[in-house]
Amino acid sequence: MKYTLRRRQYAGVAAVLAAALATSTACSGDGANEASNDTNTGGTIELTVDTFGNFGYEALFKQYEAAHSNIKIKHRNVVRLDDYTPRLQQWLAAGSGAGDVVALEEGILVQFKNQSDKFANLADHGAGSMQAGFLDWKWELGKTSDGKLMGLGTDIGPLGLCYRTDLFEQAGLPTNRDEVSKLWPDWDGFIETGKKFAAANTGAKFVDGANAQFNTVLIQEAGRDIGHTYFDKDDQLVFDSNPAIKKAFDTVVEINQEGLSANLPSFTPEWSAGFKQGSFATLACPSWMLGIVQDNAGADLAGKWDVAAVPGGGGYWGGSWLAVPEQSKHKAEAAELAKFLTSPESHLAAYLAANTFPSSTKYYQDPVITDRTDAYFNDAPVGKIFGEGASQVKPVYLGSKNQNVRQEVENVLLALGQGELQADQAWQRAIDVAKNAAR
Amino acid sequence: MRVEARPAKTAGSAGGGNGGDRTFPPAEPAHRRSRRAAAREWLTKADVKFSPYAYIAPFFVLFAVFGLFPLGYTFWVSLHDWELVGGREFSGLENYRLILVDASFWNAVYNTIGIFVIATVPQLLIALLLANALNRRMRGSLVYRMGVLAPLITSTLAVAIVFTQLYGRDFGMVNWLLGQVGIDAIDWQAHKWSSWIAIATMVDWRWTGYNALIYLAAMQAIPVDLYEAAEIDGASRWRQFWQLTVPMLRPTIIFTVIISTIGGLQLFVEPLLFGSGQFYGGSLGQFQTVTLYMFENAFRRNDYGYGATVAWMLFLLIVLFSVLNFLIVRRISSTK
Repeated sequence: MKYTLRRRQYAGVAAVLAAALATSTACSGDGANEASNDTNTGGTIELTVDTFGNFGYEALFKQYEAAHSNIKIKHRNVVRLDDYTPRLQQWLAAGSGAGDVVALEEGILVQFKNQSDKFANLADHGAGSMQAGFLDWKWELGKTSDGKLMGLGTDIGPLGLCYRTDLFEQAGLPTNRDEVSKLWPDWDGFIETGKKFAAANTGAKFVDGANAQFNTVLIQEAGRDIGHTYFDKDDQLVFDSNPAIKKAFDTVVEINQEGLSANLPSFTPEWSAGFKQGSFATLACPSWMLGIVQDNAGADLAGKWDVAAVPGGGGYWGGSWLAVPEQSKHKAEAAELAKFLTSPESHLAAYLAANTFPSSTKYYQDPVITDRTDAYFNDAPVGKIFGEGASQVKPVYLGSKNQNVRQEVENVLLALGQGELQADQAWQRAIDVAKNAAR
Repeated sequence: MRVEARPAKTAGSAGGGNGGDRTFPPAEPAHRRSRRAAAREWLTKADVKFSPYAYIAPFFVLFAVFGLFPLGYTFWVSLHDWELVGGREFSGLENYRLILVDASFWNAVYNTIGIFVIATVPQLLIALLLANALNRRMRGSLVYRMGVLAPLITSTLAVAIVFTQLYGRDFGMVNWLLGQVGIDAIDWQAHKWSSWIAIATMVDWRWTGYNALIYLAAMQAIPVDLYEAAEIDGASRWRQFWQLTVPMLRPTIIFTVIISTIGGLQLFVEPLLFGSGQFYGGSLGQFQTVTLYMFENAFRRNDYGYGATVAWMLFLLIVLFSVLNFLIVRRISSTK
């Protein structure tokens, strides 16, 4: 009892001191310039974290702030990666504006690795010892060719396929996820199922749009033995000669020809509205997509989405790294935060919050992952579905202009879906715009 | 009254005034007085000569800093292969050679002019008719006059967002209304014609009232006796409008055409938001305007050199249109 009292007294004194400190820094802030904040003599440090999509970090930020009273975290989140990248690029080139910790997605990683002088070497901040926890390839990709540790892995994107059980039921298709998985051992099976779905006239389309299917088939095919997509490992454009691209393209063409696509471009407001209005019944789902489905579809559709195996099996899409820009005024603190966010425990916490599948292998065999079900997705055993693919992922090389090419190709796929281009015209145009975007 | 009062006062002070005697300076030698007079004369002259420049200087200084310098610097940038990442290299007129054969650029020019035409022609016609209606004597005219201006104070952003939703493919109100009369839903973003119409309506909704008010102001300056004379001659209202009002409004119409031209060639926010915030202006650039193309190059591809080239081409385009406007104006005034 006495001990508690003393602790309380201490706490009281600490609170008063903290308040006094806060006031004094606030006062000095009026006269002195911002630099007085940076030197951090007892004041708080604000660390800005730039992310896109849904990383599942909110609770971790609170936890970190609670453990480090001098750190305040400002989270800047953008929905679309396509909006995120040019901004980050401009900040880096301008030498100011970027967050203290920034997320780098796999598709833009090479672009920024080519400017590795703009990023801190995290090995200088003691991150080198973390290697053992990670998937080897994830760790290696975080390093530049000259061995600098530029990024610490966050999640990876093993694939599944999300579907609406209620719409499947209306269409007279099986709704049990194991039976559904059996409908599509490959993409042909997927399209056949789509035809049956379309014949039932539920008012919904079978797939959301071209992008997710295209990216999924592309990365699956590329991952089998080719090992690269638009660019080969010498960063040369191989758009018209890589069979993986043609296969992905033909799959999308067929989906369109059968009228199975709602033709909504991913991550746009129309796409979000499509979730709520039930415009489509399936969506290619890397693990991280589950968080995005949940955000967009909202609580009303809880339990109506489910997850089955991805057609064709294997493959992954997406996943990120955290890096600390050289321009950060608090590189040491930022590196600490990045290390915290990429610790095995944080990987797990983020995963439990937003289904961003860990690239840290520590809990792969732990029941917390293997037995994990997701209530929103009709209690689907998401840990098992995505966990099986995770350890077999083979990395695919994405070139330095990957995002530019991808965006242009997605535009062509959109035009194809709009009926503005015929299949052969679209293929020709895709080749042209890819060349243009790669220059 | 005022005009009369002023000379009187000046006359008084010139004559020395009543209270002036006490402070009258002691007599000075003639040569000194003349030297002073010369100095004063010089000052007056200098004042007359240079003060006006000082008065107008703020505009020119601001123009030089925010107008002329960026213009010149943009031109300088456009002469380089200037990328955000990877440095810069002088390339002379290479960018201009490229842009002249760049199909995407000419597509953007085509879109810009197309949207401008289908937006401006109906806009000015409706504004004219609207102004004519508002010019009648009626109850609550002030409310109507303010009402037509209301869209102008709405932010362009809000207008674009709301209209983009109205034109939504799956759940938009326009398609719902078309469905009521049995017309199939239109994917407004997919085709050139539909996207142009959608964007033109956004522009018109915002600017028609503004032009109507300008026309209205000009209409009220037309002498009433002209209308009375026309009435006596038996001209119908419609005829009065076309053969009296419209010709009298000619200078005002020209003014609005010029303003609309400059605005129309710089169309940006509406097509940007109509294409879900992307600079591409549709899957095939169906509604990509020149400004969007400029942004795509400068801020998506980080190719500042080429972006600056697009900016300069836009500038030349506006100059070209202004000259055309000027020639038309001259022709109209000479036929008068």
